[in-house]
Parts: sequence; C-alpha cells; structure tokens
Amino acid sequence: MPDSPAVAPQFTSASHRDETAELGMWVFIATEVLLFGGLLLAYFVYRHAYPQGFVTGSRHTEIVIGTANTAILLTSSFLVAWAVEIFSAETRRLTAGLLTGAICLGLAFILLKGIEYHREYDEHLVPGIDFRFTGSLANGVQLFFIFYFIATAIHALHMIIGIGLLAVLALLCRAAPSTRRRAALHSVALYWHFVDIVWIFLFALIYLPGRSAS
Amino acid sequence: MTQSRPSLQLVAAWLGLLGLLALTVTMAYAPLGAANAVVAIGIGITKAALVAAIFMELRYRDALTLLFAGAGLFWLGILLWLGLMDFLTRT
Repeated sequence: MPDSPAVAPQFTSASHRDETAELGMWVFIATEVLLFGGLLLAYFVYRHAYPQGFVTGSRHTEIVIGTANTAILLTSSFLVAWAVEIFSAETRRLTAGLLTGAICLGLAFILLKGIEYHREYDEHLVPGIDFRFTGSLANGVQLFFIFYFIATAIHALHMIIGIGLLAVLALLCRAAPSTRRRAALHSVALYWHFVDIVWIFLFALIYLPGRSAS
Repeated sequence: MTQSRPSLQLVAAWLGLLGLLALTVTMAYAPLGAANAVVAIGIGITKAALVAAIFMELRYRDALTLLFAGAGLFWLGILLWLGLMDFLTRT
C-alpha cells in the first residue's frame, strides 16, 4: 500500500520497509564484526609472539563457568529464534514469555561472568589492578589476561544492551504485535544472535587452549 | 493457523549446538598438539554457521541479504589476512 501513512515515502510497502531494516541491521553487524575483529587480530598477534604464555593464561580461566555460559547463551538464542518464528497476535503472551526467558538466561550469564571476574581477582590475575604472576611466562600471561578482560567486558556490555532491547521488545510485542514490531523484534534477534556468535569464538580462544597439555 | 511450538529445524539446531559445545570441550582435552587450536576454531566456525543459517534465518534470504551479511566477513578477512601476514611470516 504505497499510500499508507504508516509507511515513510521512501518505501513502497511495509515489507519493503521491513526488508530495509533487516539490511540496515546487517550493515551494523558488519561494523561490529570489525570492532571484535580488531581484538581478534591483537589476540592472534600476541598468541603468536607468546604461545606458552597464552596457553598458560588460558589454563587459569574457569572452563566450567565458560562452558555453562556458552550453553546458556546458545539456549537464549534458541528462545529468541523461537519467539521470532511464532510471532503473531494470538501468541503474544508466549512470545513475551520466551523473550523473558532469554532475558533471564542473559542475566544468568552476566552473574556467572561476575563470579568469574571475582575469582580471577582473588587469584591476582587482573592486570593493572592486582596482577602477581611471576616467572618467565609472566609477560605473555599478562597480555592474555588483558585481552581476556577487554574482550569479555566489551562482550558483556553488548549483552547488557541486548537484554535491555529484549525487555523493550517483550513489552511492545505483548502490548500490540504489529508487523512493524515484528521487524523490530527481528532486528533485535539478529543482534542477540550476533552477540552469541562472538561468544562462540571468545570461548574457543579463551577457555579451550592448553587443556590437553601433558 | 497459529503455531506456538518451535519448528523441528530450530530444535535440531539448538541440540546440535549443545552437542558441538560438548564435542569441542571434550576435544580440547585430547592431546592433539597444534591441531587442538584448529579443531577448536573449526568447531567454532561450524557453530557460528549454524546460528547464522538457522537462528538468523539466512537460509531463507535472497542474494542481497547474503551480500550484506557477507560484507562483514569479507572485511574481517582482509583485516586478519593483511594484519597477520607480517607477523606470521617474519622470522
């Protein structure tokens, strides 16, 4: 409906508007890929320079918490994808419920991350604040933990923003599940899944190296 | 027709992702030497592809959307490739 006042003049239809919103979200995600890409580049450069230090640093991370958090985040993504899939006027309560479930899992992730940070502080592994790792590998281990804290803190910031967005969408979709809000939910879902993918790689780079060392 | 249950594909993707997580953690403890890193990153790429194809619905999208989604990966490739070339080849 080109004449509909609900659609801005640059769009020919509501679906044109929603498709444009999706492409815009992918452009934003591309910029986010490059933000985390810079961190990845730094990780690979310093892992190459300090292979033993990075492996040793990795062995000091909490793999149980890291694995639990990965499962939590994958499950929250599943709930969000489910909410997008069944979105309709009849299922608005279930949609809001699924989004609330994803929010709770997101909060659980942040809580576990906080416990993990606290343990690392107790073990004197926080560069710049309290870092007491001695020996020939100290420099490499310190670089590993600098990467660890910066990367996971930026990721956690994305999680907090995502939780806020999911909360807004849960309220909006429950109040009036229009096609426009479906498009908005879809954009937020793309963001949430992207944050999930970032964690998949952070998990592989932070927690897994050095576990099999004899 | 109102659907409230998740599609089989969605459930399969979720279970598959959890299975891959269990696999990658198990493989991390296997003494494979340098191959450990390759396995960890390979499984990571597989998981990311599953999330992108199923959860982010890229399997249903047209070439234009795939182009927009692929643009980020293209620039990431340039960043990592040109960025690492010097460090990995210098002796």
